[in-house]
Amino acid sequence: MATSKSVADLKPGEKAIISGFKDEQMSLKLLEMGCLPGTEVSINFKAPLGDPISIDVAGYNLSLRLNEAATITIR
Amino acid sequence: MKQQLLPLDKKDDNKIFDTQKLKIALLGNPNSGKSSLFNHLTGLKQKIGNFPGVTVDKRSGYFKYENTQAEVIDLPGTYSIYPRSLDERIVFDVLSNPESNEYPDLAIVVVDVSNIRRNLLLFTQIRDLGIPVILAFNMVDLAQKDGVQFDIGKFARFFEVPVVAINARTGKGLNDLKASINLALQQKLKVSYDITELAPAIIDEIKETFNIKNTYRAWLLAQQAEYSSHISDHDKSTIASIRQKYNYNNKDYQAKETIKRYEVINDLVWRSIVEKKAPTKDSITRKIDKLVTHKYWGYLIFVGVLFLIFQAIFAWAAVPMDLIDLTFSNLAAWLEGVLPAGPLSSLVTEGIIPGIAGILIFIPQIALLFTFISLLEESGYMSRVVFLMDKIMRKFGLSGKSVVPLISGVACAIPAIMATRNIENWKDRIITIFVTPLMSCSARIPVYTILIALVVPQKYLLGFINVQGLVLLAMYALGFIAAILSAALFKFLVKARDRSYFIMELPSYKKPRWKNVVFTIYEKSKTFVLEAGRIILAISIILWVLASYGPANEMAKAEEKVAAMVAAGEVKQEDFESKVESYKLEHSYAGHFGKFIEPVIKPLGYDWKIGIALITSFAAREVFVGTMATIYSIGADWEEDDNTIKTRLKNEINPDTGEKMYTPALAFSLLVFYAFAMQCMSTLAVVKRETKSWKWPMLQLIYLTALAYGSAYLVYNLMK
Repeated sequence: MATSKSVADLKPGEKAIISGFKDEQMSLKLLEMGCLPGTEVSINFKAPLGDPISIDVAGYNLSLRLNEAATITIR
Repeated sequence: MKQQLLPLDKKDDNKIFDTQKLKIALLGNPNSGKSSLFNHLTGLKQKIGNFPGVTVDKRSGYFKYENTQAEVIDLPGTYSIYPRSLDERIVFDVLSNPESNEYPDLAIVVVDVSNIRRNLLLFTQIRDLGIPVILAFNMVDLAQKDGVQFDIGKFARFFEVPVVAINARTGKGLNDLKASINLALQQKLKVSYDITELAPAIIDEIKETFNIKNTYRAWLLAQQAEYSSHISDHDKSTIASIRQKYNYNNKDYQAKETIKRYEVINDLVWRSIVEKKAPTKDSITRKIDKLVTHKYWGYLIFVGVLFLIFQAIFAWAAVPMDLIDLTFSNLAAWLEGVLPAGPLSSLVTEGIIPGIAGILIFIPQIALLFTFISLLEESGYMSRVVFLMDKIMRKFGLSGKSVVPLISGVACAIPAIMATRNIENWKDRIITIFVTPLMSCSARIPVYTILIALVVPQKYLLGFINVQGLVLLAMYALGFIAAILSAALFKFLVKARDRSYFIMELPSYKKPRWKNVVFTIYEKSKTFVLEAGRIILAISIILWVLASYGPANEMAKAEEKVAAMVAAGEVKQEDFESKVESYKLEHSYAGHFGKFIEPVIKPLGYDWKIGIALITSFAAREVFVGTMATIYSIGADWEEDDNTIKTRLKNEINPDTGEKMYTPALAFSLLVFYAFAMQCMSTLAVVKRETKSWKWPMLQLIYLTALAYGSAYLVYNLMK
């Protein structure tokens, strides 16, 4: 589990499927925002300092900090 | 009782609301168009109040519908009934308590159809609570233009609620919305997702224990009763023990609920909407984003925008501000001539009118700042600023959203502190409010310039850099550094109330709606005048009393004493009037107070004259200059030519040392004091209003005064 990739590891333009979450509290908010397991996610762009990032999920742009993105595992 | 409002009998349909008010709650995701709809429905008939017991603004308004006065309450935008900020808790609190005064007879849920799945999540939760609902589909027309086909009837049949297509931007569909109210009030409960299957036993037990009929309400109590203000501590502990009995993990169940609801929604949307490939407006958003979040261009554009805001509040606001100033001083002068001389005339012309002017003078700055802020919000650029600045600001305990308030503080802390409303996280917001007054505001400029001119030579470095200008710039830098460092300190001292999330939607760019901009300006100005204004006026009058009254025998003797001085040749005849003024101020309560605090300010190098100026400065920092002019009995000339006051201060002799009073050590000590001290009652009033308690303004006053005192002491003793 520890080695599983997360959204924070994606490069801009790269696509992946959400598989689950590492942080329960954070996952509740992410689920509400439409980050459901099985949904396609990709990185739109990063802020100039590399953090936060903007992801494309469920048909809209969601921005989140890298440590938040790191709680979303992908496959 | 609320329930009686529902038309139980068809015969009464048209009459039942005659004398009753209908309460409507407006709900929806952030950026769903909810505020636009609110503005369209209520027009200027809006008022800001408080939700009972909490520090959240309650925006409400009225509209007429048939023979009924309908009250609309604009609840904070939220993504679900599970709150993630204090503001959002209100939504659950109001909707979970049918006994409360705020409990709506009807809910209108605004859904942005360009993001329909995520928007419907909140709707299904409200529907399942059993509150009559109208589903307002916002911007259907735009989506249709993009080639999306809607079968609105399918939604209406599935949820068994009226579904109305509206455009909150233009106000289209408002009549249909109002026309569906009667139908909506008759709707029966039809759950969109039956929560019972997840945890039947605990739901049953809560229903029975608390005599609750609605299943979803019972479930929500099991989930988060602690966020409900109407649940007693005893009941909360009962719920906690029920949870324990069933070994109930509420977070796990919340995740399950969200996933289940999305299954229902996805299935319905799949059956009712034909979507085409990515609509065109998104690609425009992408292009703009590439530019505004670019490594160099991004920051350059942001600096440009800041410069424009700064320029506006600094320079453009000066014109209306001067006009307000002039109008009120003319009014005071006119009244002074008309009213019979005496304490009443003096109270009106020197206390009340300047007090009111002191409130209104802030309106141009507030209006301009909020014009820009709401334009940035409306267009969608604001969330990019937050995105761009978050990492830098986070190092100092602030968030990306603190940037605009801090920068606005350079013009004036009042609108800047009002602008912190956009920061949802309570801790980030409190810290931003706390440090904003450290940014050097425009009221400090007159104080800075006169003190700098007094002790810094008019020389040029390298032939073109003005040294006085350099010192002025250093004062601004000093304020900024103090603000950032204080924020870093408070990061450790202030306890977080809730976990900080950044997770935020980056909405697509939109043309700003001028109507919303105008409403924002109106609302902010009105709140300031009515709430902070009262405190400012009260303190102005108190300060006036302190500065114009004193122990009666001393004040009465003023003319006599000065006449004696003239006779003795100590004072010139033409200076008689200004000397009387100065004598009166010296012997007023403010004067006595200045002398009283002299021992305290002596270590900073100040005497009682500066003490008086420090006290009167509380009305506004720039009053320092005027007070000094009065104390040194310079007369009214200083306004045209501040050289008089400069010369006078330069020649002042320190009675203890026999040397010049205004040494560089004293001047810099005063400069630093004015840079840090919380000498502005208007700021205190606005902090009280924004945090809804005296605790924060008082802590701020103590902290900033201590910081100012300590720094000024250090500067004076190091330079002496």
